[in-house]
Amino acid sequence: MSTLVEVRDLAKGFDVSAPWLNRVIERRPRQWVHAVDGVSFSIERGKTLALVGESGCGKSTVARLLVGLYDPSAGEVLFDGQNIARTLASPQALALRRRMQMIFQDPYASLNPRWTVRNIVGEPLTEHGLVRNDAELKDRVVELLRSVGLVAADMEKFAHQFSGGQRQRVSIARALATQPEFLVCDEPTSALDVSVQAQVLNIMKDLQRSRGLTYLFISHNLAVVRHVSDHVGVMYLGRVVELADKASLFATPRHPYTRMLLDAIPDIAMSGRARTPVQGEVPNPLSPPTGCSFHPRCPHANERCRQERPALVEIRGVRVACHAVEEGRL
Amino acid sequence: MTAPLLEVKNLRVEFPSRHGTLLALDDISFTIAPGEILGVVGESGAGKSLTGAAIIGLLDPPGRVAGGEIRFEGRRIDNLPYEEMRKLRGRHIGAIFQDPLTSLNPLYTVGRQLTETIRTHLPLNATQARERAIGLLQETGISAAAERIDQYPHQFSGGMRQRVVIALALAANPKLIVADEPTTALDVSVQAQIISLLKRLCREHGAAVMLVTHDMGVIAETCDRVAVMYAGRLAEIGPVQAVIHQPAHPYTAGLMGAIPAMDEDRERLLQIDGAMPRLTAIPPGCAFNPRCPRVMDRCRSERPELLDAGATRAACWLHDVSLAP
Repeated sequence: MSTLVEVRDLAKGFDVSAPWLNRVIERRPRQWVHAVDGVSFSIERGKTLALVGESGCGKSTVARLLVGLYDPSAGEVLFDGQNIARTLASPQALALRRRMQMIFQDPYASLNPRWTVRNIVGEPLTEHGLVRNDAELKDRVVELLRSVGLVAADMEKFAHQFSGGQRQRVSIARALATQPEFLVCDEPTSALDVSVQAQVLNIMKDLQRSRGLTYLFISHNLAVVRHVSDHVGVMYLGRVVELADKASLFATPRHPYTRMLLDAIPDIAMSGRARTPVQGEVPNPLSPPTGCSFHPRCPHANERCRQERPALVEIRGVRVACHAVEEGRL
Repeated sequence: MTAPLLEVKNLRVEFPSRHGTLLALDDISFTIAPGEILGVVGESGAGKSLTGAAIIGLLDPPGRVAGGEIRFEGRRIDNLPYEEMRKLRGRHIGAIFQDPLTSLNPLYTVGRQLTETIRTHLPLNATQARERAIGLLQETGISAAAERIDQYPHQFSGGMRQRVVIALALAANPKLIVADEPTTALDVSVQAQIISLLKRLCREHGAAVMLVTHDMGVIAETCDRVAVMYAGRLAEIGPVQAVIHQPAHPYTAGLMGAIPAMDEDRERLLQIDGAMPRLTAIPPGCAFNPRCPRVMDRCRSERPELLDAGATRAACWLHDVSLAP
């Protein structure tokens, strides 16, 4: 197995300071939100890494950093050995973009309402010079639509003529147009109903098998993550707190936050398992807590957790950022 | 059996439009007993929120109740004049909506909104109302309620706001609460807190709940009975355990199979092909027939009534005993 994507100490800060005049008159300081703060992971070719976490934990920012929609403040992303930020600024940018594509959350906002599906799905093909003439373009678009369960006649339709699930299939067809190796999927099924979500997840799995795709799958839904992923990274306030293969993460979650997330899922089987009540909410990312950012909500926090930020270290095969796990208290 | 608190009988809701009248709710019947939690589940556009809106008399015009009746404690409420309905709402039927930010007035403090509601419905003076408001906030788990009561909604986090909305709904001790997707806008960890809070408070206050949601997990955790809706009609209704573990309607079975499970591994999810029909194009017979894996000739022409199907009742010809061999 070779590594396709490697992320090293990736960080992204956003300047959210008040306007200059307010800063001068009201003596307000500059303010930064560290949306992503020192994240490292790698994805093997043909596998799926899922990033999971609550709103504001930075998972979508990671997705955007990976495809180059944001420039990292620090750290780097390596795609097949190439530094993404550097390559995208060089003449090789087009070749790199062809190899990685993104699927967005909202199928209503990510398709141009004035374009037909032929134009939407065909644009990457013409942009990258992958077709020579109109006839070839049409054949390729039809083939792409078929691969996601749509029909040739859908080509002349506009986005509003489709249901949410069909629109998301159009997004997938567009992403597949350049025959990428790596797809970044940012909450691709969150806007969909469960029966439609099942259709889209099945298509994504089938495509991965037939084309050997590598996915970064962003979601807040742990059940969906469990269904699609091979490895899972749990994020909290801009940092990865636990990184493990799917089986061990769901069977023996180590980090207290992972345990809390798993406990919070409504139990559809009604097995009557015991649940620890969840405390508190995600703190304001403008003023994250000192030390381990989870300590105000953590039942196992002690003085060290309040002061010293835990690093992501490997403990019995999984990577966890927690003093309690490291010290064997948990 | 005790008399039902809420009785909905053959409810029809229509939306007149330029292209003809859309039938948004078609022949919906169910009851809610005092203190019971009824879940209403379905995909977007199934009519679940509309059912809630019809009960609290907040249908957006031009939508209107075109047939059937809604009875609350035996009294008909679907044809009440506006003023009377307004008094009933809040006093006897509370409402919780999806987005806690839009259901609170951003210009008024939380305390003012609470005391206003309390004093509209209960004979209390300003001091007593404020005391009750602080008490309600404490009950919903807001710490330092005496200070926070004078803050504005934007000073509360999403989960805290939804707690305020729950306090508002409970302000006059209503007998029924209509909760429309109360946790959909919240993160999972907060959702779990709000659900258990809602469940506990309603038990303590003796309020029945109609919980509208698309999340089967929330239904399983919270409800006594569940109604499954599809294309403006009831597909199945029955005790939660039975509907989840032995669904009688093929749509319910498909819905359950489509949810990724936490305790089993499946390579593929069960999928229901196609999508729910638009209101303008509901097929004749059973609305689910074009997507149904067990469709029969009869389903394409005759619309099934709710039939007894083991522990539940399902609108499906598979359960027609008169035709059974």
